Amino acid sequence: MPKDPITARGDLRLTRITKSYGDFTAVDDLTLTIPKGSFFALLGPSGCGKTTTLRMVAGLEEPTVGSIHLGDTDITTTRPYQRPINTVFQNYALFPHLTIFENIAFGLRRRGIKDVKEQVDKVLNLVELPHLAERKPTQLSGGQQQRIALARAIVNRPALLLLDEPLGALDLKLRRQMQIELKWIQREVGLTFVHVTHDQEEAMTMADTIAVMNEGKIEQMGSPADLYDNPETAFVANFLGQSNLIKGKIDGTDGDNLVVDLYGQKISMLKKRSHAVDNSLYAGIRPEKFRISRLGTPVKGNTLSGGKIEDVSYIGVSTQYVVAMPWGQEVMVFEQNDDGVAPFDKGDEVNISWEPNFTFGLRGDEDIEAGTEVNPEELEEE
Amino acid sequence: MSLPKVRVPYLLLLPGFAFLFTFFILPIINLAQTSTQTRVAGGDTGQYEQTLAFSNYIQAFVENKEQFGRSFLYATLATIFALAIAYPLAYGIAFKAGKYKNILLVLVVAPFFTSFLLRTVAWKQILGEEGFVVPGLRSLNIIGEQTTLTSTSIAVVAGMTYNFLPFMTLPLYASLERIDPRTIEAAGDLYANGITAFRRVTVPLSMPGVVAGTLLTFIPAAGDYVNAAILGSPNTKMIGNVIESRYFKIVDYPTAAALSFTLMVAILILVTLYIRKAGTEELV
Repeated sequence: MPKDPITARGDLRLTRITKSYGDFTAVDDLTLTIPKGSFFALLGPSGCGKTTTLRMVAGLEEPTVGSIHLGDTDITTTRPYQRPINTVFQNYALFPHLTIFENIAFGLRRRGIKDVKEQVDKVLNLVELPHLAERKPTQLSGGQQQRIALARAIVNRPALLLLDEPLGALDLKLRRQMQIELKWIQREVGLTFVHVTHDQEEAMTMADTIAVMNEGKIEQMGSPADLYDNPETAFVANFLGQSNLIKGKIDGTDGDNLVVDLYGQKISMLKKRSHAVDNSLYAGIRPEKFRISRLGTPVKGNTLSGGKIEDVSYIGVSTQYVVAMPWGQEVMVFEQNDDGVAPFDKGDEVNISWEPNFTFGLRGDEDIEAGTEVNPEELEEE
Repeated sequence: MSLPKVRVPYLLLLPGFAFLFTFFILPIINLAQTSTQTRVAGGDTGQYEQTLAFSNYIQAFVENKEQFGRSFLYATLATIFALAIAYPLAYGIAFKAGKYKNILLVLVVAPFFTSFLLRTVAWKQILGEEGFVVPGLRSLNIIGEQTTLTSTSIAVVAGMTYNFLPFMTLPLYASLERIDPRTIEAAGDLYANGITAFRRVTVPLSMPGVVAGTLLTFIPAAGDYVNAAILGSPNTKMIGNVIESRYFKIVDYPTAAALSFTLMVAILILVTLYIRKAGTEELV
């Protein structure tokens, strides 16, 4: 007899999942393992398939092809109410006709748990809102509703907790605070959290592992630092933070390093950080990795000369420069205001330099605009 | 020059108040006066004088308690049947109809394009010997060869159910349509199967529609006389029919007025008790 899915525990495995709606493929041949106990984020722009993936895990959609396992239990076609999985819905979906207490008790009562009161009180204390038990959801602020939605899900101690853009409706300050709290609660209760978001900062703050999704596929998966420092595609390089991508040609090798020609100037980078497939590549450098120096000042590492300061924005902790390079490209440079050197002025002629190991290499046939155009209106819809 | 802001709401209320005062408050005062009048000794038909005869009420009620009882029984039955038919209908339109939603809503109100009277007469045809219902039921041996449906209480209740169905369907649809489908998904996510989610989430959230729909059906149904007059027989007389005949046939204004008041108060009491019990004020 197969095991009752409600008792299933373990890693979540999605195997070759495809979900199509008519001609449109929302999720395309996706394979993914989410380890038990991790805080995992599915990050991507609107329409990338992340919400559809989450809904398939919750059981609200069925995959067209592929299977979903929790531990060694196949839950591909299991009904939502038979899965040991709970969701914190976008906009919370609290039951407006029930009190906060009854909202949280809902799942416990359905499963015939005995000590409902004790468990609800415990989780209300965890989210620090025990005084709201007898209120109705509409009497609560957005931040309070968010916490109750979380409490309503975690009180069931599911094998997997799904969070669908959980902080999207909150203002910036509250969102920051909740990010820290969510991370803390995840450690406290030790559940597996799967978090869907379009906000890269939110994903990087909270998740141990991020899968960046684009057009129904996973572009890259790894720790926040991996993804940021060594993106494999232009989409990831642009979607997570900002990148300067400079067209170049691989000229040869030097031990563990590649020698790359960027418009006639030679630079070096680690061979293992190049994802190029042939001679042509884009050298990627994050804006804060660049250093600006005046002509004639000796510098270490890779140097590109012939730059001219186009624009200066002073933002307190740092200064952002736009530097026009001789081949017509404008690069972005963030300088910390920590060394007392007077900032450069518009029109100054400068060199830019950086530590060779910070360079990442992308395929030369990439669309370097991928992941940069994010329409804020589109994000609202999801 | 602008009006002081405080006065604007009152000015907006004025036409409505004036209308209600002229066509509701004044007639009802007049009706109250009439209800305690008695016949002028030796006077003409329809000649009455004010004698504050409150005994009119007792007499009118005692003489017609059977019709009162029937009115409330028929109205209750019609309300229950209308709810049973309208709930699935409204649910289907709200959640499953997709792009056909508007067409279906138009179809729900389509009967209003024909007169109430005409539709009721049509039911007489449908339930009559020449309609398809009676021969159909006979051939299936559900009713005997001698049984007819017209002039029965079944016909009256069926006609009332049909005539008030849109009044039940529309408020139900309005409140079902307002339910965030994610709350139903959330119930499923929290271990409620389809039936439990329906019972625990959909039904409570649609209660404002249920209350509004049942009131909009029950109140006019209790005072209705058209269905009983056209589809019924003397044995299915409702209180509306009695009032109608007292006024227009017997020209007994005081009794008709007393019956009207009694009906009004009875409905008010029932509705108040019902709303208390349904507790709609708790819902958002």
